[in-house]
Amino acid sequence: SATDASEKVKITLPESSFEVYNLEKPSLELEFSKEEMVDMYTKMVTMRRMEMAADALYKAKQIRGFCHLCTGQEAVSVGMESAINSADQIITAYRCHGFTYVRGGSIKSIIGELLGRECGISKGKGGSMHMFSKAFYGGNGIVGAQVPLGAGIAFTQKYLDIPAVTFSLYGDGASNQGQVFEAYNMAKLWDLPCVFVCENNKYGMGTSAARSSASTQYYTRAGYIPGIQVNGMDVFAVHQACKFAKEWTTSGKGPLVMELNTYRYGGHSMSDPGTTYRTREEIQHMRSTSDPITGLKQHLLDNSVASEAELKAIDKEARKIVDEAVKEAQASPEPDLKEFWTDIYQPGSEPQMVRGREPGESHWY
Amino acid sequence: VEMTVRDALNQALEEELSADEKVFLLGEEVAQYNGAYKVTRGLLDKFGPKRVIDTPITEAGFAGLATGAALSGLKPICEFMTFNFAMQAIDHIVNSAAKTHYMSGGTVKCPIVFRGPNGAAAGVAAQHSQCFAAWYGSVPGLKVVSPWNSEDAKGLLKAAIRDPNPVVVLENELQYGLSFPMSEEAQSSDFVIPIGKAKVEREGKDITVVSHSRSVGFCMEAAEQLAKDGISVEVVNLRSIRPLDVDTIVKSVKKTNRIITVEGGWASYGVGSEIAAQIMESDAFDYLDAPLTRVAGADVPTPYAANLEGYAFPDTPIITKVIRDTLDKKIGA
Repeated sequence: SATDASEKVKITLPESSFEVYNLEKPSLELEFSKEEMVDMYTKMVTMRRMEMAADALYKAKQIRGFCHLCTGQEAVSVGMESAINSADQIITAYRCHGFTYVRGGSIKSIIGELLGRECGISKGKGGSMHMFSKAFYGGNGIVGAQVPLGAGIAFTQKYLDIPAVTFSLYGDGASNQGQVFEAYNMAKLWDLPCVFVCENNKYGMGTSAARSSASTQYYTRAGYIPGIQVNGMDVFAVHQACKFAKEWTTSGKGPLVMELNTYRYGGHSMSDPGTTYRTREEIQHMRSTSDPITGLKQHLLDNSVASEAELKAIDKEARKIVDEAVKEAQASPEPDLKEFWTDIYQPGSEPQMVRGREPGESHWY
Repeated sequence: VEMTVRDALNQALEEELSADEKVFLLGEEVAQYNGAYKVTRGLLDKFGPKRVIDTPITEAGFAGLATGAALSGLKPICEFMTFNFAMQAIDHIVNSAAKTHYMSGGTVKCPIVFRGPNGAAAGVAAQHSQCFAAWYGSVPGLKVVSPWNSEDAKGLLKAAIRDPNPVVVLENELQYGLSFPMSEEAQSSDFVIPIGKAKVEREGKDITVVSHSRSVGFCMEAAEQLAKDGISVEVVNLRSIRPLDVDTIVKSVKKTNRIITVEGGWASYGVGSEIAAQIMESDAFDYLDAPLTRVAGADVPTPYAANLEGYAFPDTPIITKVIRDTLDKKIGA
């Protein structure tokens, strides 16, 4: 059981945690305080609980349209967040709830956004794919478009001499978009502090990586940019790789490509059962052998960071926090109609009038 | 003082780069080559490679990178060698730049300028001869300007750079080398033209001719010629495509009771079509003594041969003809 929260615990990562391309492997030895480890666990179980709540709300027809859950991929966002600070920036694609949460978005504001309510993090105007928070740029529904945007955020960091990094995430599906390679090229030409992170969950919608990509060694695919492949189901490995990547990019070595091998338990989106292009056995096998939360839990128990009972209490608390956030979000009203007309242009720079469905519905500023 | 449109644009860029460290310029051949059309001449020497940046030929990539820089606090000026090539990047202009402010509930801002030559040049055939005013003009979240002369060019570009929203600046290659007067006011580094306001370039009482970009020059010539026959033409230079200054058009129609539109782009779903619809939806409709006619680019991919190309775009004779025809018409007759 936990004694001193600041007490350090030594972790040795398995040799198989990393594969590298044109660089030296990061150290396999790392240290966390008990407090940090419990924090990671808490975030991961809370995130999973939040996504389970979204799943239920979607099935209850309270969430509309697209909804992509990150269940199974929690170690990616939590491990990354644990290695960086608020000067560092993240941008990702449409599977963005987990990142919004680790970057400070409240569960109420995330669920509220999914429900299309006033309390939503984008005032109910963005939905599942368009959530933004401090040092987090979404949330982009156009597959691959966020990658050069991320290079541009790193460009700003370099332009303003901010010693920080941008993580620009995309999936194995998006990895074949031309603009990903365009971004690689400029980032290397100009030595931008950008980490191109391929979150490889094995399937781009229903197409397996092997059916979409001539090379599935995503960490080598920039050629002229070094790369690292990471066990993305292990939060410690993700932490160590992101810390390494931050040091690499902010020391002027230019960009890095990182492949995080992970797995989504659910379908691509809520409309996909996720079982037509892969077997139930495969999903079950990943859940039982590679689950990121189970893996972390084992570490916590083995190192006497927390007891079984304490972890149960955290699980219970996560459930309670999410349940309460859902209730609060459900109690939030729908966005006021006046918000329909705001945020098209910045305040004070709007046109005189924006047209409604017919001239009589038009809005005058 | 006279100044070419090219020099007016160059002056606008130089003044705004001087005024704000967060403003930078990027695009193909903008720096060492001094610009494919020399609009950016001398800027690399003055501001250095941090502020004036040559990109690879990678439109989707650099438009996306520039937009990412805008989202994170800089004020990029993204030059396309021509807007034809911006079709490779239009997703970033529309989906990344124009919509993010709204989708984020106002938390993310995107102050960026996309600029470059638009419309047909001479003898460059179909892939390099297209006006995108209608395309960008239809997108909420964007502002779109289309200068004709040197004052327009300077004042609108400076306004675009200072605007906190994404702005598309549609220049015209064939105007770059033309000289126009620059007022004392326009020579000042404080000179900006408000986005969303049209200018009555020539007052008249018999008919309103609404146009933008290079076509304004032909309309002015037509008005000059018709004046010799006692026909008084009012020429409205739109300057802004979005927001569109409907008030100025309506006011003019109420005075002249007749209107035609002139543009280099295709008529279908075009700028003239929008103006026609706006008049139908306003009380200007009741003041019309004749139906509106659109003079526009012919509905064909632009041909190369000089004689065929001559049929593709509005010129002074065709505008003169349509003005005369419209003056001869009467609703219900």
